Parts: sequence; C-alpha cells; structure tokens
Amino acid sequence: MKLMPCPLNGPRPLLEFVCGGEVRTMPDPDTCTDAAWASYLFTRDSVPGIRREWWCHIPSGYWFVAERDTARDEIVKTYDSSRLAAPQAEVVPA
Amino acid sequence: MMYRLPPVPGEWIDRSRQLEFEYEGRPYTGFAGDTMTSALAAAGEMTLGRSFKYHRPRGIFSFANHDANNLFQVDGVPNVRGDVAPLAAGARITAVNTFGGLARDRGRFLEWLAPFLPVGFYYKAFHGRHFPRWERRIRAISGLGTVHAALPREYTPKRYAFCDVLVVGAGATGLAAALSAADGGARVMLVDENARAGGSAAWSGATTAEVAALGERVARNPRIEVLLSTYAAGCYADRWVALVEPHRMTKVRARAIVFATGVIEQPAVFRNNDLPGVMLGSAAQRLLHRCAIAPGRRVVILTANREGYELARQLRAHEVHVAAVLDLRSGSVGDAHEIPGVRCETRVVPEEAIAGRDGAVRALRFRCASDASVAQRTERIECDAVLMSVGFAPAIQLLMQAGAASAYDTALQQHLPATLPPGIFAAGRLNGVYEFAARRQDGRDAGVAAAACARGERDVYRHEKPEHMRQVSHLYPVFEHARGRNFIDLDEDIQVKDLRDAAQEGFDSPELMKRYSTLGMGPSQGKLSNLNGARVLTRVRGTSLTDTPLTTQRPFYHPVPLKHLAGAGFHVTRRSAAHACHEALGASWMNVGGWQRPEFYSFAGLGRAECIAAEARAVRTGAGLIDVSTLGKIEIHGPDAGRFLDRVYAGSFADLRAGSTRYGLLLDEGGIVRDDGVIARLGEASYYFTTTTGGAAGVYRELLLWNARWRMDCAFVNATGHRAAFNLAGPASRELLQSLTGIDLSEAAFPFQGARSGEVAGIPARILRAGFVAALGFEIHVPFGSGAHLWNVLMNAGERFGIRAFGVEAQRLLRLEKGHAIIGQDTDNLTNPFEARLGWAVRMGKPFFVGQRSLRIHESRGPRQTLVGFELPADHAPVFEANLLIDGGDIAGRVTSIARSPTLGRTIGLAMAAPRLAAPGTELAIRASDGRMVPARVVKTPFVEAA
Repeated sequence: MKLMPCPLNGPRPLLEFVCGGEVRTMPDPDTCTDAAWASYLFTRDSVPGIRREWWCHIPSGYWFVAERDTARDEIVKTYDSSRLAAPQAEVVPA
Repeated sequence: MMYRLPPVPGEWIDRSRQLEFEYEGRPYTGFAGDTMTSALAAAGEMTLGRSFKYHRPRGIFSFANHDANNLFQVDGVPNVRGDVAPLAAGARITAVNTFGGLARDRGRFLEWLAPFLPVGFYYKAFHGRHFPRWERRIRAISGLGTVHAALPREYTPKRYAFCDVLVVGAGATGLAAALSAADGGARVMLVDENARAGGSAAWSGATTAEVAALGERVARNPRIEVLLSTYAAGCYADRWVALVEPHRMTKVRARAIVFATGVIEQPAVFRNNDLPGVMLGSAAQRLLHRCAIAPGRRVVILTANREGYELARQLRAHEVHVAAVLDLRSGSVGDAHEIPGVRCETRVVPEEAIAGRDGAVRALRFRCASDASVAQRTERIECDAVLMSVGFAPAIQLLMQAGAASAYDTALQQHLPATLPPGIFAAGRLNGVYEFAARRQDGRDAGVAAAACARGERDVYRHEKPEHMRQVSHLYPVFEHARGRNFIDLDEDIQVKDLRDAAQEGFDSPELMKRYSTLGMGPSQGKLSNLNGARVLTRVRGTSLTDTPLTTQRPFYHPVPLKHLAGAGFHVTRRSAAHACHEALGASWMNVGGWQRPEFYSFAGLGRAECIAAEARAVRTGAGLIDVSTLGKIEIHGPDAGRFLDRVYAGSFADLRAGSTRYGLLLDEGGIVRDDGVIARLGEASYYFTTTTGGAAGVYRELLLWNARWRMDCAFVNATGHRAAFNLAGPASRELLQSLTGIDLSEAAFPFQGARSGEVAGIPARILRAGFVAALGFEIHVPFGSGAHLWNVLMNAGERFGIRAFGVEAQRLLRLEKGHAIIGQDTDNLTNPFEARLGWAVRMGKPFFVGQRSLRIHESRGPRQTLVGFELPADHAPVFEANLLIDGGDIAGRVTSIARSPTLGRTIGLAMAAPRLAAPGTELAIRASDGRMVPARVVKTPFVEAA
C-alpha cells in the first residue's frame, strides 16, 4: 500500500486518506458566464502529469494539498493548505 | 535411478533422525531435513506427478519449486510444494492431478488427444452452445489438488513489521548486503525461501567453510533479523513486502530493499525434455549438496556454460558416473572443456530424450555438428539422468513489481535491472555478477547504499558492470522436432509448436501470446518458460530480445496458501447507546449507514406490517419514541460560524435567533440536493445541527474542506458519537416530557422550531422542537453514556400515554403521511431543490452559497421533474418504489416512496413526475412490477394535515 506523507500526521497508509479532487479556482459566480461555470463544474483535465489535489486524513479530519504525478503514480510533495494563495473569488469578505 | 550418497560436507539432512511416511499408499523412510521430494528421490522414485493437460509423468525438474511438477496432497491439504516443504513424520502424501493413482493414472491416455487440443483451445471451444459441455469436461480432467471443505479451519497470524533495510535472498550476495547494511547502522531483515542461508554459494565458488562463516556473522549480528523458510511473495507500493512464513504472514514496510534474488536456471527445449530424470543442473546441485542425493547412476550433462563442467567435476568428486558432457556451443568458447576421463563433445544438438518402461529417461539421442562427416547421424547415449545447464534468467519478478525496468544485455545474454526506483537496490547474479568474490562485493556495495538511503541520505549506489562479466546463457537453447513434445512450459504443457501456432494466428506479442497460449500462467508463473517463450517469439518475428519486452510477473512469486490471505473481516457495526433497550423490546434490526437500527419492534402474534401500523398509530394517537442517535451531529463554534453556514447551506442562518432552529438544506456545487438536517443556534457563536445518518461522515468532511478553502474563523466538532438522541413524537409528547423536565414546554414558551438546553430527568440535554413525523415532537440530545437511561425513563413515563417505541419503517410511513421527502430516497443525484419542492428552504437572495450559481441556471430553465404526492384506489395491484409512471406511452417518472397509511386507510406515495403531471387531481398510470397498469391520482401533501 502506498504511503501518503501527511503534513500533520507524517507518513500514513493511503487507506486513511480520501481524495477531494483537484485544487481548482472557483470563477466569480456573479460575473462568469453559464458556460464558464459549467466548465468549472464538469470539465476536468485528466492529462497525466503533476496534479494538485485536495487530500483528507480521515481520522484527524485534516485537509491538505498533495502534488501527485499521475503519470508515474508518485506523490511529489504535500503541504498545508495555508500555503495556497486564496483564489480570488473565494476570498470571504470580512 | 537416484540414490542417497554417503555424507556430503554441509548436507542439510540429519541422518540420525529417520522419518516414516506414506506416499501413494506405500511406506517410505526419509531423514529429518529432507523435503518431501528429496525423500522420495532418495528412495528411487522418479515419477512424482502428472502434468496438467496431458497427464505425462513428471519428476524432479528444478528441486526449487520453480516448476509445478511436484505438488502433493498431504494429509488432506492440497498443492503442497513438495520441492521445499519439509518432510514430517507420519505424513500421508499423494500426487495431485491423477485418476486412480500416479502409476496407473487413467488420464495418461489424454496425451493421444493432443492433436485435438490445439493452442487457444479454450477460446476456440468455449463459446456458444459448446461452452457448458467443454467446460464441464475440462474441469473434470484438469486442475490440481482436491479441496476438502471439511478440514478444520486453521487460523494463521498476520504480523506488521518495519525495518530500515530488507534484504531478499540470503545467498553470498544477500549475506554480504545484510552485514554491510547493519554495519551502516540499519535495522535489517534478511529473508530467504530456503531452510538455510547460503543460497548457491556452496557449489558456485565458495567453500563450505566460507559460506558457514558468513552465515555465522549474520546470525550473531543483533541488528539483523533472519527469516528462513520465508519467501517474499509480492512487492507493493512504497516498499511494502508480503513475507510468507510457514505459519505466519508478515507485512513489512522497509525504508530500502536490496534484492539479492539471484537467477533461475532455464531448461533446454528438446523433444521429451520433460521426462522424469531430465532436470536442471542446479536441481542436481541442490540434491547433491543439501540432501546428498545423486541425480542418477549414469549421468549426461547438456551444457552451454562453465557451470555444466563444474557440475560434472562435483558429481565425480562424489563418485557419480558422468557418461558425457555435451556442449551446445562451438569449440571456440573460452571455458575449459576437458574433464579427464569424461567424454566431452561440442556443437551438440539434442534430438530427443527416450523414455524407459517406467516412463523415466533411459537414453538421449543427439547429433554432433562439430564433425562434418557425421553431422546428420544421430547417436544414442544410455543414461538415467540428463542435467541441463544452458543458461539463466534473473529472478527479477519482485524487482519489477517494485517498479524497476529491465533491459536485455547482449554481452551476458541476460536481462539486467536497468533503472531502479528510489530505495530499491539489486545485487549479485541478478545484476549479472557471477563470481563469488564479486558477488560479495556487489552485495556489500548495495548494503552500504541501502543503509545510507534508509538514513535519508542521497542515493550513492552506482552499480558498475564488473569487467569479468561472462556469458552464461545460450542464445537459443530451443530445438525443433518434427514430432514435437519439446516443452516450453511444463505447467501448462505448452510446446514450441503451440507458440508458433499462436503467433501464426496473430497473437505475436508477448502479452497476447501469454493470454492466448497460457504461457507462464501456471502455478510457477513462467519462471522456467517466459524467457524461452520470448526467444521463440523473437525467432518467429525476426526480432531480438533487446526489443521484446517480457510480460509483467505479478504477485505472488510463489503460490501462497489461501489461509495466509484469509483474515478476520473488520466490518464495523455501530450501535446506539440504547441498543440493549431495543433488543429487550424485540427490535428487528436493519443496517443503516453502518448503524444497526430497529426496523420495527416485534410483538407476539403480530406480523411485520401490523407491528409497523401499531407503532404509527401510537404516534398519531398518543406518543411514540424513536432512537435517532444515528443522525450526524455537528457543532460549529467561532465568530464566523453563522456566516460559514450561510455559505454552505442553502438557507439563512446568520440571522437565526439563539434558541431556535431552521431546516438546513445542503447542495453540491451543481445545485443538487445532497443532505439535510435541522440547524440550531445555541448561542452567539455556536451552532449545533444534524445531518442524515448516511451523510454524517461525508458532510462533516465536506464542511472541513470548504473551510480549508475559505479559512473562516470557526471550528468544527463531529459530535455524532458523543450524543444519543431520541425523538419523542405524538400529541401526548409534551405532557409526557414536561413531567421529566423543568424547561417550560408550553407552545408559547417553546414554539415549533425552538431549541432549549436544560435537564431532562436530571440529564443535561438539548431539546429541539421537531415536526418530521408528527406535528408535535421533541428531539432530545443527551450525552451518549446517559442514552440508555433516558430511553428507559421516557418509556416508563410514557406508559400511561400508551407510548410505543417505533422503528425506521414506521418513521418512513409517518413522514410520508406528512409529505416530507427523504434525501436520497425521494431525491437522487440529479434532483435540485425546486424539483423536490424544497425551494422554500433556499434563500436565493444571499450573496453566495454552495450551489447558488447552478440554481440560477436551474431556475431559469424550469424543473424537469417534480415531486408529487399520489394515492391509489382501494383495490390495486402491488406497487413498489421505482415502478415507472407511464404517460402517452412514455416514461414520465417513477415512484420514490409508497406505503399503506393506517391513519388514512389508503395507499399513498411520492413520485418524481414530469411537471405536466404535477397538478392535484391529475390521473397517473403506474406500471406495476408485473406489467399491469395501476391508476393513481395526484393529491396535495401533506396527506395527513393535523397530526
């Protein structure tokens, strides 16, 4: 079984984790076209290569970011989501 | 005829301990340290099994279970690997795959049918009307041991282990690698499938004393754990290796692995190369050095490398008669070809092995191409053993599973590891290093590098090809014969012709050929056949091994008894705090989202439907109590808690007053209804809310993900397991509960959608006014440990109101009467809230919530379907959930909920219908499961107004 290097819990077996899909930026829902929104919802770029994904360590409920090379089935690196620049449309007004 | 020799230095057998056993019904004797196969060989038994397809007699071939010839049924246990399984006193052994015993196997006549069993037979015969007949026939005559279901269950422990460096193979290379890794500070595990360490060193360059000294140093080293009689069965991601020990499986995670798995000797392919007595040179070496058994009384060695001559010398040293050494190569090769007193020939072409009356080899017919004058004349040489030493294939299977790539080395005529993933090392003959001293050095280098890797240092190991690499494998040890029977794969009885035919029929890539011909798909997984198969394929296609990738060899490396793979199933069942109370009330259990929940409570003399109806009636007329502890329960605390809920739930919660609740609807980004629950505001900055039973874990995780994205100032507690919860419902519920609490429950003080904290029967509780199943109801949430107590208190206090516990079925019925949809039952993954008639729970005017953008699109397009209530006439055919609505000859929807309402005395239901059918009074047509059309009429919901 693969090991996932969790930024919070260290290396743990993969079955303790669940993938939350690619890290993607939500377009501004108030200004984007229907087509742009539909593309955000349904279009995925599944070209093999390095993907940035959300992963959750289930027992601790911790979401973090993993960069995974889907062509080589390798986890390149993982880090806390605070290191993601907050996507613009998702910045919550204070 | 094989026979036992006088003591051989370093032999593994203990001649002071004789073991009696039985084989095919006759008594035998062996020594402690013998394997089943060697004990039989020492007794002169040549035929130890029958082949899979043609039932040909088979004997010792590799004496390492690299072939599947010697599989036995031992005391009822099928397919014991006789080559390596230690002999036990009193064992009752029979051959597998025979009809009426090994010697008189009726199946041996199957060989005459061979012309009718062409390659790809299954694909040609197993289809259409022929399938069942052929399948039954083939199943009856093929197959290996017999499984006895009545044998006692045997539990085998599993162990998890961790180490810095795992060394696979304890030959000269592996021993050296383990020592140097341990010297580098690593905790080392060293595994070897043999009962003793040393591998082939004893007969390939080392003295017995040298091997023993190495083994001693390893055994004394406290940092090395040695596991013998243990094979690495598979190598999985991130250096996770399954080790199969005799009575245990160990799953080990290593920081680094050194593969010192060596090589597997490969057979020559010529007519009747499968006769008992024809075997690999390394099999003879194992027999000689481990068990002191001579391979025959008159031995012929067929060779193409130095190892063959060395074998002849060693046999002669033990006074075994070597009749000839026949070299396939021309005389120009560098090795010394002369052995005084032994006939040595070069440029030999083997014609066929000839069987004696007992089925074992009695002679070899060959040609000598070196002498032009007699090039076409064959010669027959009498012998009772033909030892083949014509080349090797690396035992690279595990290394490939670990992610290595291999390349064919034309200088060595062997596949070698080409690229290795991080933390994976290869050393020794697997690396093309054959000389004893060089193997030890390669092992030491790999051990040092592996220890450094385990310490987290950079990969320092660079395998340098030693200069003295020499060719040990013949290019093409495959010899055609007009009458065939030149076996490539002994497991599956595949001949050269079969592979040629497969290629002819278009299956001419290694992967296709494997599947079509079943090459390498037997129990030994092609250890002795994949390379020769690939050689034949390259000949047919005019290519070379350099550009013919070998097929992937998947786990397991050796057959693994199923007992090692079977384990206890860890199916988690969650039980409510009041589980024993339900049990005492006669609960009939169902599984809901991993929980055991009472479906209904059985009463003596009442059927299922009557019980459910009685429970529902109690709720409508007096009081009912249901355990809803399985609901997800989540707390959110923090200044942004309300604003966070506004962003994820469709309703409005920041403006909720403390002490009140609101229905919460959770959508996904596509505007699809995902989950629902009741959200209560406990105070300024804290909320408590429920989710559906099945959605509990997923919703909690999703909330955490949204806040990982938004990073708002609030925190989450999954309180699902912290609290028990009961819904007390019915007209008498207020009076009942008031008798147990000081909280004012009057309509004015505690209206619908209120939430209060206080004590119930002395237990700290949160009470939510609920209306899911009845107009009046209270959901009481208490600490888990008090759950059973509260249940009993409520049931006792409710006695005078005629209280009844009700289960999931009654709850489904009661909420249906109220017209409430269940998310996931009345909705599916295409249902938006407008279609589920839950638009009232959506605040489209909010600045943002998950699903809002998509709902704008859904709103502008109008609904594609609508949830409607319907009722059926008094006498109707049975209608079930998922029956279809038919309108104008087309599907116009489906029934999502249906039940007979005891309150109304009618059958009512919900259906997801085309919007044109949504108006009350519309006549519907439902196609029942038996095809009959059932009329129904759309009615307004709730079906039951006041209850």
